[in-house]
Amino acid sequence: MEKDFELIDHTADVGVVAYGADLGQAFSNAARALFSLITELGDVSEVIYRDIELAAPDEEDLLVAWLNELIYLFDTENILFRRFEVTVLDNRLQARVYGEKVDSSRHQLKTGVKAATYHMLGVSKDDSGCSVRVIFDI
Amino acid sequence: MAAQWRGKVNRIDDYRWEIPTSYKPGMRVTGLIYASESMLEHIFEERVFEQVANVAFLPGIVGHSLAMPDIHWGYGFPIGGVAATGMRDGVISPGGVGFDINCGVRLLRTNLTVDEVKPKIEQLIDELYYNVPSGLGSEGKIRVSEKELAQVLAQGSRWALEQGLGEPEDIVVTEEAGCMKQANPDKVSGKAKKRGIPQLGTLGSGNHFLEVEAVAEIYDPDAAGVMGITEVGQILVLIHTGSRGLGHEVCGDYVRRLGEAVRRYGITLPDRQLACAPVGSAEGQDYLEAMACAANYAWTNRQCIAHWTRESFAKVFARSQREIGLEQVYDVCHNIAKIEEHTVSGKRETLCVHRKGATRAFPAGHRDLPERYRGIGQPVLIPGDMGRGSYIALGTERAMAESFGSTCHGAGRLQSRSAAKRSLKGVEVARQLASRGITVKTGNLSSLAEEASQAYKDVAEVVSVTDKAGISRKVVRATPVGVIKG
Repeated sequence: MEKDFELIDHTADVGVVAYGADLGQAFSNAARALFSLITELGDVSEVIYRDIELAAPDEEDLLVAWLNELIYLFDTENILFRRFEVTVLDNRLQARVYGEKVDSSRHQLKTGVKAATYHMLGVSKDDSGCSVRVIFDI
Repeated sequence: MAAQWRGKVNRIDDYRWEIPTSYKPGMRVTGLIYASESMLEHIFEERVFEQVANVAFLPGIVGHSLAMPDIHWGYGFPIGGVAATGMRDGVISPGGVGFDINCGVRLLRTNLTVDEVKPKIEQLIDELYYNVPSGLGSEGKIRVSEKELAQVLAQGSRWALEQGLGEPEDIVVTEEAGCMKQANPDKVSGKAKKRGIPQLGTLGSGNHFLEVEAVAEIYDPDAAGVMGITEVGQILVLIHTGSRGLGHEVCGDYVRRLGEAVRRYGITLPDRQLACAPVGSAEGQDYLEAMACAANYAWTNRQCIAHWTRESFAKVFARSQREIGLEQVYDVCHNIAKIEEHTVSGKRETLCVHRKGATRAFPAGHRDLPERYRGIGQPVLIPGDMGRGSYIALGTERAMAESFGSTCHGAGRLQSRSAAKRSLKGVEVARQLASRGITVKTGNLSSLAEEASQAYKDVAEVVSVTDKAGISRKVVRATPVGVIKG
C-alpha cells in the first residue's frame, strides 16, 4: 500500500489528498489526515467511540459533511479520534470512530481546524482505487 | 497548484491593477487590485487573481471585484476581497464572509507608557494569559445557558454590558454598536449553538491574539488625539478574535444550504465555495439573520475579553481602570456582509457588501459613525504579524467612491503554515521575539512558528499602498511589547 494521505500546501489553509481501495477507506484516511493536523495521532488511544450516520446529495458533499461532523465532535466533546471504520454506499455514510478525550498532559494540540471547505473539492475513482481531495480552513 | 497565473492585468496607476472581463467568460465586472508593482509578482505566483476573477461571476455584482493589497489565496473568495451586490438582482454568499464570521479587532488605549509597562511586562502577560482563555480546545470562564446564548446572539455587546462586562462607551465605539439588528437566533442551528456555548469569552487559536503594544509613530497628531492617542511610547492593547466554532458552523451550514439553492436558481459558479442565493430569497435572508447572530457573538466575545484585559491591567498596576485610562478606541469587523448605501455610476443604491479579510473604512461625516469620529473618519485597525506591529488608519471619501468604503485588514499571508513550520521552530520564533524585547506566551509553540513574521507580507507595505491609493490614511503605527497567542 502506498501513502494513505498527503498534505498539500495552501497559503492560509491546508489541503489533503487521501487514498483508499474504496471510498470508505479514502474517507477514513482523510479523517486521519484531519486529526494528524490537530495532534500527534500516536499519542491518542482508543478509549471511546462514536457512531456517525450521514447522507448527502453527492459524494463530495458527503466528504465535507463527514469531516465537518468530526470537527464538530472534537469541538463540542473534546474527543481526538484516531481510527475510523467507514462504509460509503449510495451517498450514505456509516461510521464508527474511535479515540479519547483530550488530556493536556499527554496530547499536544497543534492546529485548530475551522472547517472542511468545498473549494477544490474532489472525489475520484478508477480501477486502482479512490482518492479524495479537500481543503481545510485553519 | 501554485503554477504562475497566466492572465493579463492592466496597469491603471502605481497602486491599481485591473483584470478585464475578457480574461474569463462569465465575469460580470472587472477585477480591481490594489498593490504595488513589487507585490504583484507574489500575487501572480499564488494565482489569487483567478479567485478575484471568479468572484466577478456572482450575479448582481456591481463596480469591481476588489482585492486589497494584503490579498492572498483563500477558498472560493480570496482573503482580502470585497464584493458588492445589488439588493434586487444580486446574491449573498456565505463564502464571501468566511468561516470566522466577524473575526475582527478591538483596540484599547491607556495612559501608561512603555517605560512603566516594560518592567512589569512578564507579570502582565502572565496575568492576561491567566484571565483570557486561549488556545485550541479552551473553554470560557462564563457558562451561558441555551436561553442566555440566544440573548447573546440577539443583543451582541449589550448583553456583555448587562452582565457588568464593560462600559457603555464601549458600544458607542464599536462597528454597528456591537449588534446587527437582523439577528434571529432561530436561524442558527442547534449544532452551531452547541459549539458556541463553551467557547464564549475565548481567544481561540490560529492567528488570533491579544497584544500589548507601544505607539511607535504618529502621522496625524490631531486625528490620533481624537482617538486618545497622544504620544510615542503610549501603551495600547489590541484584541484579535472572532465568533469561534459558532461562526464556523453557521458558515458551513449555509454554504451547504446555499449550495443547493445555486442549483435551484440556476446560478453558474466556477467554485462551489462561492455558493450563494439572491439576497432577498428565503435562503439569503436566513443566512443574513444567522450571520448577524454570529457577528453579535463575536462582539460579545471581544467585549468579555476587553473586560478581563482591563481587570488584568488594574491588578498588575494596582490602579483603577479609570486611572489607567483603558478606554476603547474602536472595534471593527474583518469578515462580514453588510447592507449599506453606496453611489454606483452616480446613482444611490442599497448594496450587500461582502468584506472577507477587509475593513470598513467610512469617511468623515458618514452618518453611521459615532459622533466622536464624525470629524476624522472611521478608525481602521490593521494588525500586522507578531513581530512587526500594527497600524491605525482612517476611512476616506476615496474609499467610499471606489471600494465601497473598504480597505485592507492586515499583513496577509505570504508562506503557507506548513512552509513556515518547516523553516522555523516555535522556540526559535519565541527566542527571536524575546531578543527584540517582545514577551510571548502561548500554549502552542508550533502555532507560533506558523504565525512568525516571515510568513506574512510586511504590514508597512500593505498600509502604504492603501494610504497612497487613498482608500485609507495611516495615523498611528504601534509595535508589540507583549503577546498572547492562542
